[in-house]
Amino acid sequence: MAMESARLDATFAALADPTRRAILARLATGAATVNELAEPFDMTQPAVSKHLKVLESAGLVTTDRDGQRRPRRLQPARLAEANAWLEQYREFWESSFRRLDDVLVELQPRKSPRQPRSRRRGH
Amino acid sequence: MLFYPQTFKLSTPSDREILVERDFDAPRALVFDAFTRPDLVRRWLLGPDGWTMPVCQIDLRVGGAYRYVWRKESTGAEMGMGGTFREIVPPQKLVITEKFDDAWYPGEAINTTTFEERSGVTTVRLVVTYESREARDIASRSGMERGMIAGFDRLEQVLAAGGK
Repeated sequence: MAMESARLDATFAALADPTRRAILARLATGAATVNELAEPFDMTQPAVSKHLKVLESAGLVTTDRDGQRRPRRLQPARLAEANAWLEQYREFWESSFRRLDDVLVELQPRKSPRQPRSRRRGH
Repeated sequence: MLFYPQTFKLSTPSDREILVERDFDAPRALVFDAFTRPDLVRRWLLGPDGWTMPVCQIDLRVGGAYRYVWRKESTGAEMGMGGTFREIVPPQKLVITEKFDDAWYPGEAINTTTFEERSGVTTVRLVVTYESREARDIASRSGMERGMIAGFDRLEQVLAAGGK
């Protein structure tokens, strides 16, 4: 739990910066070198490298070897992990509220006959 | 009888809050009951399929405690949470503290639930506000979470595509 929490902290910190999110969005379209990343962002190579270092230590980006090139690649698994807590929240409440619909139907017997369908009961 | 699953909304209105919103086709007194009577709560506040709620204790008065324990029947894994009632205004509003047994965030969170009825349809708004002894830390972490959500607008397509 503590390790997972520390890892999430690193991921959230990496994602907090708009430039780093833009870099991730660029990498989402395919691997790119520092040079290729620096150009569209109008940034110096050292500045891009600095952001990439943060993204790499958070596990969001890895470096490939392709001859002389060192293209960076997005690691979407880590991003999914960071998003998991919000998704758990969504799943918990969406599932629970569908059940609550059914409970509320039972509490209002007059309305039940007009009930067109309920996925849970499988009609 | 109508269902409103499409009215479900999850958002982050401020740096420290999560808002869940949903409409229900029932008068708010009933919905309020469903949120506060243990025999009703344990039937629906279960999250995904496969979980039950072996413990559901609610002492519905200001300062009174509540305690929920969920169990995943397939593995026996249990998850608990609890807190106290800070404000009770039937059938409009509930303010409770909440703390999961294995919470990754420090301190308690405040859960404010409001029930608003229009033409027999009740809108439930549930706001969880995270607070902490290390208020600054939690605030900045929540700020990061918001930044993350903004980033996901572009990135979730990537995830859906399996990262290609």
